[in-house]
Amino acid sequence: MSTDKTLIRGAKVLGGDQQDVLIENGTVAAVGTGLDPEGATVVEAAGQVLLPGLVDLHTHLREPGREDSETVLTGTRAAAVGGFTAVHAMANTFPVADTAGVVEQVWRLGKESGYCDVQPVGAVTVGLEGKQLAELGAMADSAAGVRVFSDDGKCVDDAVIMRRALEYVKAFDGVVAQHAQEPRLTEGAQMNEGPVSGELGLRGWPAVAEESIIARDVLLAAHVGSRVHICHLSTAGSVEIVRWAKSKGWNVTAEVTPHHLLLTDELVRSYDPVYKVNPPLRTEADVRALREALADGTIDCVATDHAPHPSEDKDCEWAVAAMGMVGLETALSVVQHTMVDTGLLDWAAVADRMSFRPALIGRLSGHGRPVSTGEPANLTLVDPDYRGAVDPAGFASRSRNTPYAGLELPGRVTATFLRGKATVLDGKLV
Amino acid sequence: MKRHLISAADLTRDDAILILDTAEEMARVADRPIKKLPTLRGRTVVNLFFEDSTRTRISFEAAAKRLSADVINFSAKGSSVSKGESLKDTALTLEAMGADAVVIRHHASGAPHRLANSGWIGGSVVNAGDGTHEHPTQALLDAFTMRRHLAGAADGGPVHHRGPGDGTGRDLEGRRVTIVGDVLHSRVARSNVHLLGTLGAHVTLVAPPTLLPIGIENWPCEVSYDLDAVLAKSDAVMMLRVQRERMNAAFFPTEREYSRRYGLDAARMAALPEHAIVMHPGPMNRGMEIAAEVADSVRSTIVEQVSNGVSVRMAVMYLLLGGAAPPAELPAAATARTEEKNS
Repeated sequence: MSTDKTLIRGAKVLGGDQQDVLIENGTVAAVGTGLDPEGATVVEAAGQVLLPGLVDLHTHLREPGREDSETVLTGTRAAAVGGFTAVHAMANTFPVADTAGVVEQVWRLGKESGYCDVQPVGAVTVGLEGKQLAELGAMADSAAGVRVFSDDGKCVDDAVIMRRALEYVKAFDGVVAQHAQEPRLTEGAQMNEGPVSGELGLRGWPAVAEESIIARDVLLAAHVGSRVHICHLSTAGSVEIVRWAKSKGWNVTAEVTPHHLLLTDELVRSYDPVYKVNPPLRTEADVRALREALADGTIDCVATDHAPHPSEDKDCEWAVAAMGMVGLETALSVVQHTMVDTGLLDWAAVADRMSFRPALIGRLSGHGRPVSTGEPANLTLVDPDYRGAVDPAGFASRSRNTPYAGLELPGRVTATFLRGKATVLDGKLV
Repeated sequence: MKRHLISAADLTRDDAILILDTAEEMARVADRPIKKLPTLRGRTVVNLFFEDSTRTRISFEAAAKRLSADVINFSAKGSSVSKGESLKDTALTLEAMGADAVVIRHHASGAPHRLANSGWIGGSVVNAGDGTHEHPTQALLDAFTMRRHLAGAADGGPVHHRGPGDGTGRDLEGRRVTIVGDVLHSRVARSNVHLLGTLGAHVTLVAPPTLLPIGIENWPCEVSYDLDAVLAKSDAVMMLRVQRERMNAAFFPTEREYSRRYGLDAARMAALPEHAIVMHPGPMNRGMEIAAEVADSVRSTIVEQVSNGVSVRMAVMYLLLGGAAPPAELPAAATARTEEKNS
């Protein structure tokens, strides 16, 4: 496993100049050139990029309740492989993470796994039912120290409940992460509503169902002086609303998933449920707008919405298939492919969108920190020159529902360090 | 011809004409005292119906039986499917039993496409209607009916209600077809737009805006909200079934309002050109989308569509399973009778 001392030699720190980084006792002990390797395990990193450990604001670890698709252990192993050192575990488990007891259980399982820090997200409402506020304060005060609250999978559609939640979490600097989906406009919805859904005869999930909720919520957040975070923003119209809200100086943040940066609803023509996800894959114009918004900072961060499902929930007809895709192990490659290799983001900006900003939104301490002396050694080493086809059989996740199987993507995480301890070395779990 | 029939969009003009011409041959078989051909003897056709549809199922069953295939009817009700068996496991079971063709009717759009492309089965898949997606054999029987009436005269023109003609070899170039009703939820409309366009017809869809899908402006057809404006320019009017329950989801205010604005009554029928025909895929809501006197008029081809359905489905199964033999080489009636005695 790890030694106390590791020297990462010749890595391009945040894509900049080649430097040596010495890790000692879980922290970055020195950054410079020609550092003394004496007593240290040396990781040769010439040509590779060193990033702060990635932080995911949106992960479904499925435990408790759906351990057939993922557990905290398998999910955090997948996270480490993907270069993550902290993930936010969504609350839609069975039972729902709507009490201090459940969030502490998830938090403790994360501690035991040792691969990645697990920060539980608390449900906004009891049972995700949108009717009664969950004990948000108890979850905030618990050992798990919850700061992000979300009914993800369901929208907090009642305007009064949403208003109260936004106000209430101010007491402990929390944030409500909204799954923006107007429920009446999306009853039985199967895919993006547009020309493709019309042809395929699949019931549409219109962009306006997302945009109308985002518009309402940024106005509510402004009205009560709270911060609001928009989960998996997926349409060009949503980008415009968030851009407008930010121009007003309102405290709004937003995330985009890797799959919405790459895939479109044209793929649904295959009727293969591996492309079924919520919010649905949108159009080429939406993909373009999302990339531009992530580049200009309108969208703050990338979040995976890693959603494992067992094969029988995807190996079926479209209408009965589960929604969601796994994403932890492919996120950085998709971001390199869509944002870095296209010139939209440099590696320093990738560090911002995948580590600094998500850690800030989630109020995580110890993650999303600069690579400099004295900081916690949560680090990710990437080989950007690698190219390889995605092979789901090799996933650390318990589930295989990836839309990228067989697709050649650039970049590979070669090493991940969690407080100085290698969780991944030579591209393999330690 | 491809191995499967999933979407009317997969058919080229030549494919479609071959099916329709073959169906004419099959229709002649139906006129014989013994309506049976030995073509698919020893082949197994499974009717896999996840949705109640007696008329479509018996049409496929009659077609397969007239081709001497062994027919197995598999209905989702009262079977392992109702106990939660997946489509995949049902398919693997049918494959293990040696199904040469699976005729599938399913409430989920895309289920036949999944069945054909998943590797679960090796036989041919025929889409007998999937959700709100497609119903290609319905479009073929509709085109067959239109061709007989609108291109069936000796000069290639309409037969003016003097019985169906024979349009063998012809397409529907320039014919104007108006399809009226719940296009949003209609697999019949989708398949007809594809096929009729391929055959050269001009299609106009008429519906209240609530019952038209988003993106319809990209479809290869015209769209109108006004039925009266298009009747005089229609060679055929196809009325779609409108479910009364749709008004509960606010697609239209009341049955009566729908009927007034989009129903085909005698007064509207009188506005059609003299040669024009009235069609309906069934089952009809008499008094809702179509008045009884229209359904029963000389212009109505509704009953004919049913018998044409058998001919068209025979042609599809013959061409998918029986190989590429041209229709002219079909065995004569006498041979069929001999085969019948021997079997």
